[in-house]
Amino acid sequence: MSDGERLLEVRDLRVSFATEEGVVQAVDGVSFDLDSGEVLAVVGESGCGKSVTAMTLMGLTRSPNARFEGTAEYKSTELIGATDDKLRQVRGAEIAMIFQDPMTSLNPVQKIGDQIVEQIQEHEGLPDAQARERVIELLERVGIPRARDRVDSYPFEFSGGMRQRVMIALALSCNPSILIADEPTTALDVTIQAQILQRVRDLRDETGAAVILVTHDLGVVADIADRIVVMYAGRVVEQGTLDQIFYDPQHPYTWGLLGSITRVDRPRPERLPAIAGLPPSLADRPTGCHFRPRCPHEFAECANVPPLEARVEGQPDHQDRCWLPPDEKRVKREVTPGEIGLGEKRGAEAA
Amino acid sequence: MARFIVRRLFQMIGVMFAVSVLTFLIFNVIPNGDPAVRMAGRHPSQTIIDQIRKDWHFDDPIYVQYVVTMKKVFTGDLKSYFTQLNVNEEIRKGIPRTFSLAIGAALLWMFVAVCFGLYSAVKAGRFADRFLTIIALIGISMPVFWIGALMNYYLGFKWGIFPNGGYVDLTDDPVDWAYHLILPWTALAILFIGFYSRVLRSNVLDTINEDYVRTARAKGLSERQILVRHVLRNSMIPIVTLWGLDFGAVIGGGAILTETVFDLQGVGQYAADAVGQLDVPPVLATTMFAAFFIVLLNAIVDIAYAYLDPRIRLQ
Repeated sequence: MSDGERLLEVRDLRVSFATEEGVVQAVDGVSFDLDSGEVLAVVGESGCGKSVTAMTLMGLTRSPNARFEGTAEYKSTELIGATDDKLRQVRGAEIAMIFQDPMTSLNPVQKIGDQIVEQIQEHEGLPDAQARERVIELLERVGIPRARDRVDSYPFEFSGGMRQRVMIALALSCNPSILIADEPTTALDVTIQAQILQRVRDLRDETGAAVILVTHDLGVVADIADRIVVMYAGRVVEQGTLDQIFYDPQHPYTWGLLGSITRVDRPRPERLPAIAGLPPSLADRPTGCHFRPRCPHEFAECANVPPLEARVEGQPDHQDRCWLPPDEKRVKREVTPGEIGLGEKRGAEAA
Repeated sequence: MARFIVRRLFQMIGVMFAVSVLTFLIFNVIPNGDPAVRMAGRHPSQTIIDQIRKDWHFDDPIYVQYVVTMKKVFTGDLKSYFTQLNVNEEIRKGIPRTFSLAIGAALLWMFVAVCFGLYSAVKAGRFADRFLTIIALIGISMPVFWIGALMNYYLGFKWGIFPNGGYVDLTDDPVDWAYHLILPWTALAILFIGFYSRVLRSNVLDTINEDYVRTARAKGLSERQILVRHVLRNSMIPIVTLWGLDFGAVIGGGAILTETVFDLQGVGQYAADAVGQLDVPPVLATTMFAAFFIVLLNAIVDIAYAYLDPRIRLQ
């Protein structure tokens, strides 16, 4: 656990969208804390609400049909429902964001240097020459060769990995306390992924910023995260430290995620296990435990919503939403990774 | 960038050559009958026809005819057999009038269309947007000879707020120049304002959802900065292209109606009169004139495009 200063407290955050198909509850009561210097991973399948959670913290969920509830306090500034003027002082300067697709996240007709200078001058009002020097330093720091020449290049002259480095340089340009990385490596080659994540980790070490890493890839998280929040269908289903999640996972959904990573320390399976079925539509979620229809261990109690609470003895910071007693889980999950996948759940074909 | 411009200008010369050949073929070769008779206008005497045949070398091979024709067009040695006036001289007289009309109208329609289009996009779906949509549709639907004639009749003739047609040189009296041109500018601009503001509105609405606009917002920029620096610049690229092409088209003939309605005596009106009198030499020359400006503006648009969108330059 980190012993840094408390930066962010998210409490019971709810985001819903009114659509023609009904109300889509994208985020349903998410709470977590973030301390300086720590890397918090938010993990889950596509459409589980993790990106919406990240965007909402920056006030970037901009739909006239969206409704927000709950609180997210950054150093005693409330972010949810804050005015644009107030958020503008936080965006880029205090909380910065790296987006999923570096190919489209930079303005195609502006030089990359100018795009970073723009943010520095917005928040710190440096003169042009100084801001430019800082940009060159930043580009060097994120590993862009010949930064002095490249500062006047346009985004289309960079590869995807290089563009993501530019995005990281942009995010770091005003020394933010929190860096939100929304699937920063999803659009990149596997070889580049490792480099980008290494960069994020180094920068955390150098600057002491906290990182929220949103990803669907638990493999990415194993390297870098201190704590993990597992989300499913808009809810947090389990959260804990890296070791707790990897060595003593409590929720069958987490088992499924862990089971579908390739591992060099295990015998090679014939086929990589997958979690059967699809995540539920957020407009029409199952009652009770949302994971119930896909879970091989469903029993009567699952018809009621399990609260998020510490269930493992002596581990108050390891919380989950599963009714099974921890001892029973330990027995069941040994066989689960193979069983949960490949459509073994009864009636999975019907679903 | 310099190489891009040079290359583009060379291409332009090639296109101009092709246009000149086509024009020559259309006027002198494709129609049936004696080109000298057509050239001479209505009711010519035999001596004039013989003179024309000799002058234009109509008995010589076709490539000689082409060279002679182009020589006449480009050296200013082209004469109307109907009015006995030098054609190039007449075009030169019309140029300031046509340009005054086209440049003023183009600036007016671009400025107003950007304001309308941007405002419409920002207020998308609300009353102001719907109102401007209706206005734009009305503007697009009104032909320039109709709205021009109405404006001329009411504002010019009946109520006397504006001069009833005519033209004053910019160098003689700039205020009077603008005063005489306000009605023609407006009449010509209305159609384009309607059209451009609709195009810009949809471009802006597309651009607003781009990822880089979200990035701009995540930087902490104000909505106004986001709109001007990131949204507008990217939405303007197609509009600027359109603008250059339409400007070329207006100079090269699009202004014929406006010039005629307001009696501006520009190149367009000269061409229209010549067509009415079956006077071939001026029609030939004004066609070349129009083609030249359309080709020139095309080249300028490409160069401007490369300036606005750096991705073009490398190709």
